[in-house]
Amino acid sequence: MPADLTTLSFLALAALTLGSGAIVAFSKNIIYSSVALLGCFSGIAGLYVQLSADFLAAVQILVYVGGTLTLILFAVMLTARIEDIRTSNTATGRGAAFGIVTVVLLLLGKVATTTPWPAEDRPQMPATAKLGHAFLAEYLLPFEVGSIVLLGAMIGAVVLARRAVKRDWEKQ
Amino acid sequence: MHVSLIHYLTVAAVLFGLGLFTVMTRRNAVGILLGVELILNAAALNFVAFEHFVAGGVSGQVFTVFIIILAASEAAIALAIVLQVYRGFRSILSDQLTDLKN
Repeated sequence: MPADLTTLSFLALAALTLGSGAIVAFSKNIIYSSVALLGCFSGIAGLYVQLSADFLAAVQILVYVGGTLTLILFAVMLTARIEDIRTSNTATGRGAAFGIVTVVLLLLGKVATTTPWPAEDRPQMPATAKLGHAFLAEYLLPFEVGSIVLLGAMIGAVVLARRAVKRDWEKQ
Repeated sequence: MHVSLIHYLTVAAVLFGLGLFTVMTRRNAVGILLGVELILNAAALNFVAFEHFVAGGVSGQVFTVFIIILAASEAAIALAIVLQVYRGFRSILSDQLTDLKN
């Protein structure tokens, strides 16, 4: 891609990500906040493509937009009462939080600008094959442990979220 | 403008700040979870940016995959807990949940 096109698409994706993130942080309506997360995740997926992480971009869309976001919307619908949906996401302590966030951002900015990162520009190339080889060779054990973690989380979520219905023979 | 490492770090840092702000100010427990998702995404973006510009290889992307795995499990468990809390208290506003047992 030519350089100015790369810059333009980076700016657009960054604006999408941060604008949606601002809606998540500042909207009073929990449904607006949840749906704005869609733009945020999509923007980050686009940034992954620019960083030549094409597989991660697909995973980001599949897992976050397809899975986590749907889950969050279900939780919102099941817990928010319809009559007060407009003020369902109220905030408290904004002044103190703003101060703390400003201090943290200043610190992060100082670290990021004063550290001499040995950064270099690399050409964009697909990384999926290399990622697959890394998962099946060097990172095989963490990969398998990750699948067990997912299984445990799935069973745990089912056990936690079900209603405790006692059958007749259990009551005796 | 030439897009380089510092621009990605800026985006990730601002996203992290927004997530931190959300976690600290929200009263709704689901809103707090949205803030956690923002923070995790900012960290993952930093991993991929450092891998592309500094480290090389694919190790940063591997770590990002693990972040996505843990974020998915965390969201499932946390939303199940939120549902149970709502059944018990009829509210998920974090400043009203002061008892561990009702």
